[in-house]
Amino acid sequence: MELCPTIKNILLLDSEGKRIAVKYYSDDWPTNAAKEAFEKAVFTKTQKTNARTEAEITMFDNYIVVYKFVQDLHFFVTGGENENEIILATVLQGFFDAVGLLLRGTEDKKEALENLDLILLCLDEIVDGGYELSFIVLSIILETDANVIAGKVDSHSMDAGAPLSEQTITQALATAREHLTRSLLK
Amino acid sequence: MAQPFLKKDDDHDDEADYSPFLGIEKGAVLQEARVFNDPQLDPRRCSQVITKLLYLLNQGETFTKVEATEVFFAVTKLFQSRDLGLRRMVYVIIKELSPSADEVIIVTSSLMKDMTSKTDMYRANAIRVLCRITDGTLLTQIERYLKQAIVDKNPVVASAALVSGIHLLQTNPEIVKRWSNEVQEAVQSRAALVQFHALALLHQIRQNDRLAVNKLVSSLTRGSVRSPLAQCLLIRYTSQVIRESASNTQTGDRPFYDFLEGCLRHKAEMVIFEAARAITELNGVTSRELTPAITVLQLFLSSTKPVLRFAAVRTLNKVAMTHPIAVTNCNIDMESLISDQNRSIATLAITTLLKTGNESSVDRLMKQITTFMSDIADEFKIVVIEAIRSLCLKFPLKHRSLMNFLSNILREEGGFEYKKAIVDSIVILIRDIPEAKESGLLHLCEFIEDCEFTYLSTQILHFLGIEGPKTSDPSKYIRYIYNRVHLENATVRAGILLQPHIFVLLRRCLFDTDDEVRDRATLYLNTLVADGAVVETGEDVKEFLFGSLDIPLVNLERSLKNYEPSEESFDINSVPKEVKIQPLAEKKAPGKKPTGLGGPPPGPPSTIDAYEKLLSSIPEFSNFGKLFKSSAPVELTEAETEYAVNVVKHIFDGHVVFQYNCTNTIPEQLLENVTVIVDASEAEEFAEVASKPLRSLPYDSPGQTFVAFEKPEGVPAVGKFSNMLRFIVKEVDPSTGEAEDDGVEDEYQLEELEVVAADYMLKVGVSNFRNAWESMGPDCERVDEYGLGPRENLAEAVNAVINLLGMQPCEGTEVVPSNSRSHTCLLSGVYIGNVKVLVRLQFGIDGPKDVAMKLAVRSEDEAVSDVIHEIVASG
Repeated sequence: MELCPTIKNILLLDSEGKRIAVKYYSDDWPTNAAKEAFEKAVFTKTQKTNARTEAEITMFDNYIVVYKFVQDLHFFVTGGENENEIILATVLQGFFDAVGLLLRGTEDKKEALENLDLILLCLDEIVDGGYELSFIVLSIILETDANVIAGKVDSHSMDAGAPLSEQTITQALATAREHLTRSLLK
Repeated sequence: MAQPFLKKDDDHDDEADYSPFLGIEKGAVLQEARVFNDPQLDPRRCSQVITKLLYLLNQGETFTKVEATEVFFAVTKLFQSRDLGLRRMVYVIIKELSPSADEVIIVTSSLMKDMTSKTDMYRANAIRVLCRITDGTLLTQIERYLKQAIVDKNPVVASAALVSGIHLLQTNPEIVKRWSNEVQEAVQSRAALVQFHALALLHQIRQNDRLAVNKLVSSLTRGSVRSPLAQCLLIRYTSQVIRESASNTQTGDRPFYDFLEGCLRHKAEMVIFEAARAITELNGVTSRELTPAITVLQLFLSSTKPVLRFAAVRTLNKVAMTHPIAVTNCNIDMESLISDQNRSIATLAITTLLKTGNESSVDRLMKQITTFMSDIADEFKIVVIEAIRSLCLKFPLKHRSLMNFLSNILREEGGFEYKKAIVDSIVILIRDIPEAKESGLLHLCEFIEDCEFTYLSTQILHFLGIEGPKTSDPSKYIRYIYNRVHLENATVRAGILLQPHIFVLLRRCLFDTDDEVRDRATLYLNTLVADGAVVETGEDVKEFLFGSLDIPLVNLERSLKNYEPSEESFDINSVPKEVKIQPLAEKKAPGKKPTGLGGPPPGPPSTIDAYEKLLSSIPEFSNFGKLFKSSAPVELTEAETEYAVNVVKHIFDGHVVFQYNCTNTIPEQLLENVTVIVDASEAEEFAEVASKPLRSLPYDSPGQTFVAFEKPEGVPAVGKFSNMLRFIVKEVDPSTGEAEDDGVEDEYQLEELEVVAADYMLKVGVSNFRNAWESMGPDCERVDEYGLGPRENLAEAVNAVINLLGMQPCEGTEVVPSNSRSHTCLLSGVYIGNVKVLVRLQFGIDGPKDVAMKLAVRSEDEAVSDVIHEIVASG
């Protein structure tokens, strides 16, 4: 598997470097403190760059990090120093665009947190693995096409809406009330 | 949900800080998770609670075993709901909770049901979850479904099964290998990602069978792979096959080269780049083979995408190390990258240009770099400096502009490492390019006029001392040296060869305001004059003045002060060699310094001398020979206890003496006949030979008792000693201060004490490690590598080894810059038996985990070199 393109982590941070959603697929950072230190380093290194039109790239501590920002959302994908940079950028673009599709154009921290379930599902669809199996941590790229990723994540909301007959009246009411409070909060 | 938000100072956008998770608490969320048990499930509510749980985990919160189990059991109830969205969240959280084997059983049947469901999304996810949490016993039951899933017409299901196969191959290879036929069919899939996953699994299954991998590669390179990721994978497999078969094909075309070259025309950039990189990394690649790869990389250099430019310039930079000519075609594109917004790209471009540039482009390049230097980080600057150094060595005729460049940046702001890189480069250029010597030396001279780094100043003065006299007009440098005259050693090194000039300087020094400078000037002047105006000043004078002085100057100074002028001349061999250690007890409280101007502050007490005097006054120890080393006091009691005891270990060639310094802190007691009973059962090589009790220990008046041990001569014996203070205690009447006649025998347990390897090592520094190292020579060198296991960071590992060896770190190498991944530390010392030892430690950190160390020892005795290794190996 050492020949297989490998993603070390995918990070979505806010404009202060705080976590919105992160997923590590490697045991290079065994503790939460190590992860936070890495995120801080990545954030400080890239903070001042303009990665809004094209994805940017940097290298430090023997990792390659590709990144792209929109509003107050900072997207990062990390790979090892020998990884094909363009593969990393493809994964980043897939994640970035899929989140854009799922948030329906309102891409900011608030919207991202309100739809955190969708973003977590998104990460689950992009790379599989990152779990320890008999002391080997394996991961493999699952999908890089933003439309496919977003489609897989979002399919449920459409499907769930369809068979309304299966829902009880109370459930339907609860859903309606939920929608109402959500829209009031906005 | 609607928590009040915190107002920002500039509240122009209230909603900016709003978060649905504001004030979220683990306890409360775990309470909320009870809704999973409701008979009437509310899918949306449940989804929200799962999202909150996942949010907590994502923020680094951890669940206890009990909490995780409770949540897991509650989550299993949610399989009753048929809500698709909720089911997806259930799958995700089960993977995150990583349930134990006995918990897994509860969800197995639900997941197996989903695995055979008609809904594709259920099938795909259930396979991923089940394979993630199953322990193999279940695998034989579900194998049939997995094989079917691999060839499922829905690509998501097929990918899920293939990816799970890749994971399972690690734990259950025998089972997964039985799926070869299905996997092979999947390689032909029309779905891009299925092809990629199938290829990865198929190669993984066959990886130990070279012939099979060969066959796989030859059939696929004929072109049926559509997915770019799969094509990248195939390129990597192909390169591996080429590497392994290289020896078989001595002549003719390289096998599969055509395939790689063909990939350069692929429509996906990731494939083009993968192929180009593979070609540049071929063993013994020819320039004909390189050309098409360089051409596509050159196109990437002018891409609008920073990632492409970075990838291309990084690859070309590597090629330039071995095939600089092949990269020269890209020089024009490369030059425009010097002003790239992305500083990583700019730095890579510059260093590439410096490797490939020709003589005529040097001046232009230097001009461009000058504007660029000010806005990059020090670490990049060092890379640039190193490239400039090698360029200058390549084109010696260009030394003028390169030297100017170096001297300009030397004057600008910068950290130590950066300045050191510049100074090192100038020194190398002076050494290797004779024409550059004079201007280089003057640049260095100017630098030391205003240099904030003492280490660099010393090194430069030393270097001036060596090189200055060989120049056409040495007197030029004397002025600079005179300005820094407090660094005598280097001055007079130059002086030796510059006699007519140095006399003037030294005579002038006779009127210096500083006593020490006057004294030294007189000494040197006398030495030089005494030898007559003979040009070939004797070697012995040289040796006397500049030979490595293996005695710490403070000790020499102290001995000289104690020396009373008499017929007998001062014997330098009587000066102790150990660097003095200030005893804890004698540390002055801050603020107690004398404030007046009258007289200099009292010098540090001469501990070593005092020890030697003290020990030689005790008849029992008088035949132990010369004291080799006395340790710093080691406390054997906690602070604020009734009796305060610390111990000093005195090491002799064949003996060890423990000096217990005792203080009685109870005013109502007088201790008599104080001894320490030492149990040396854990120090086999030591045998007690003498004990000197302390007759009386009144309140607050420290006294010493000694215990001496014999040990094998010259052997660095180590061991553990346990100590018991034994004494007769007498009551004291506080009003009269008189003690009663009758006392009671009593004991007081002290802490253990250890004699360690470092006790046989004197901390003795050398001024120039490299010289010392080279003059020691490799005859008795011993080199080996050690794994130090997981460490917090490099600094911790470096300190541990220094303490273990008890040697003197040289040239400030004990300081490890933060975040370094490698470090070299230089140590020197004198081992028992008066053997000089030099040690070079190279540390490297492997990932975030283990520290590895290479230990090189040089000494005057190979047995001692071996001992150092033994100390490290057993430490």
